[in-house]
Amino acid sequence: MLYDLIVVGGGPAGLAAANSAYEKGLRSILIVERDKELGGILNQCIHNGFGLHRFKEELTGPEYAHRFIEMLKDTSVQVMCDTMVLTVTENKEVHVINTEKGYQVLQAKAVVLAMGCRERTRGAIAIPGARPAGVFTAGSAQRYLNMEGYMVGKRVVILGSGDIGLIMARRMTLEGAKVLACVEVMPYSGGLMRNIVQCLQDYDIPLYLSHTVTDIQQKDGRLSHITVSKVGDDRLPIPGTEMEFDCDTLLLSVGLIPENELTRGAGIDMDMRTNGAIVYENMETSIPGVFACGNVVHVHDLVDYVSQESEKAGAAAADFVLHPKENEHALRLQNGFGISYTVPQQVRVPRIEKSLEVFFRVRQVFGESVISVKDGENLICSFKREYMAPGEMQQIKLPRVLLDKVSGAALTISVKEA
Amino acid sequence: MKELVCIVCPKGCRLHVDEENGYLVTGNSCLRGAEYGKNEILNPTRVLTSTVKMEGGLYRRCPVKTNKAIPKGKLFDVMQALNAVTLSAPVTVGQVVIENVCGTGADVIATKAL
Ligand SMILES: Cc1cc2nc3c(=O)[nH]c(=O)nc-3n(C[C@H](O)[C@H](O)[C@H](O)COP(=O)(O)OP(=O)(O)OC[C@H]3O[C@@H](n4cnc5c(N)ncnc54)[C@H](O)[C@@H]3O)c2cc1C
Ligand code: SF4
Repeated sequence: MLYDLIVVGGGPAGLAAANSAYEKGLRSILIVERDKELGGILNQCIHNGFGLHRFKEELTGPEYAHRFIEMLKDTSVQVMCDTMVLTVTENKEVHVINTEKGYQVLQAKAVVLAMGCRERTRGAIAIPGARPAGVFTAGSAQRYLNMEGYMVGKRVVILGSGDIGLIMARRMTLEGAKVLACVEVMPYSGGLMRNIVQCLQDYDIPLYLSHTVTDIQQKDGRLSHITVSKVGDDRLPIPGTEMEFDCDTLLLSVGLIPENELTRGAGIDMDMRTNGAIVYENMETSIPGVFACGNVVHVHDLVDYVSQESEKAGAAAADFVLHPKENEHALRLQNGFGISYTVPQQVRVPRIEKSLEVFFRVRQVFGESVISVKDGENLICSFKREYMAPGEMQQIKLPRVLLDKVSGAALTISVKEA
Repeated sequence: MKELVCIVCPKGCRLHVDEENGYLVTGNSCLRGAEYGKNEILNPTRVLTSTVKMEGGLYRRCPVKTNKAIPKGKLFDVMQALNAVTLSAPVTVGQVVIENVCGTGADVIATKAL
């Protein structure tokens, strides 16, 4: 089968990309999703807080997904659920498998990679102690509770203060569990301030910053106690600061990893800092006609930005098929002081219409500060911020007129506290 | 003077609410923050999201929410009320699950088609 566009993954990124490619005139579009239904991670995020930018109202995850799924209804976009993509090749063959038709090789003119993230596990952060039942990643506990209808424990400690952990602290409390503590190794929270307030403070759940889990004990195969210790500036536990918690469940909310096996398999150039593909201004990867968007490129905290970025990818995929272009020379975006990564990493200035949106994260908490964009020693523009934290993605817009004046091969973005 | 973080949007503005000055709010970037700051002192409210039992759908739980914010003190009463509900497929987005739940004036509605 030959398709104009195959979208891998039917979460918010894949849905927005397919929609916008359709709007730009592509007709033969296929979304391949391994789950039973479209919507991705949003299906288990039953809390509200989605769509404030996009729809100017506060939707729950399933409602946000529903709006995009509805948009597909009157289009010719085809959907294959319960189907796993196994391989994407450099020449855009997409190998898929499902129980109905077995192994199939599909051919596309353009591909959008939108596989999202998976959660970091205990293995990935090496916690000492026993390996009993009762240790879950926060996201799997969320799926058990919100979709499958299983309560994973009664006395809970959460390691990591990312948004998923915070949301689960509230959710487990509402469902009758006692959440004893949320423990964070860094001196600041990894989640949004509003979630600290409405998920922890509302329910008097203590947040221990600069602390970590240093032991796990079990009784009859189930978690029975955990030990939490304070950590120093080197993030190593300080002896003598141990606290014991009597609990049956430990939830890990220790970060997400973009799910890029397919991307690497295709031989696409990767960014070590985002763990995602290196992308151009239109979300194109190092293989022409293969685009990537959403959490598979970099971890987003807000789905609204996922949709925005993915619409760009979908439109560019349509353009690639309908109006092929020569590849122009690209400018590199470099991470200066205080910046941990930028997306995109490369920019072809002639392809920018009015302005270039750059997403980035900072390395540490900054108070009042200035973000500067430099071409060598020349300042081309700067932006003021009152407060920035690594947990909150930042966005700046660089006008095309300024980019046209750049003479060097790279732009450096950096932060300076005022 | 009370210090609060506005939770209306992800920006998380740091608010100061002056109780002695008609609950004057400062530090907000928009009007919704001013309203939130005052309410949070006088009558704090939250939208509740949860799930109810589901029969015949793709999953065993159907997600629901209150269609407006309800007093914080009522959250656990509403959770109790939700325990008594079982929905059967088909369910549509926005379908009313419990009307005027616990006398709050808010309805509990389904947030997913199942
Ligand atoms: C617990 C949690 C809470 C969140 N809370 C908020 C919030 O309050 N507000 C907010 O705005 N944002 C929130 N977010 C962020 C937002 O939900 C994500 O940024 C967004 O869902 C990412 O979309 P995505 O499409 O990139 O990834 P996903 O939603 O993960 O979708 C990826 C899809 O690809 C499929 N897939 C992967 N690999 C394959 C393959 N090989 N073959 C076929 N299919 C495949 C997966 O099954 C999945 O359906 C939250 C995220 C999480 C995890
Ligand atoms: S004051 Fe306005 S901008 Fe600031 S957090 Fe509240 S709603 Fe958001």
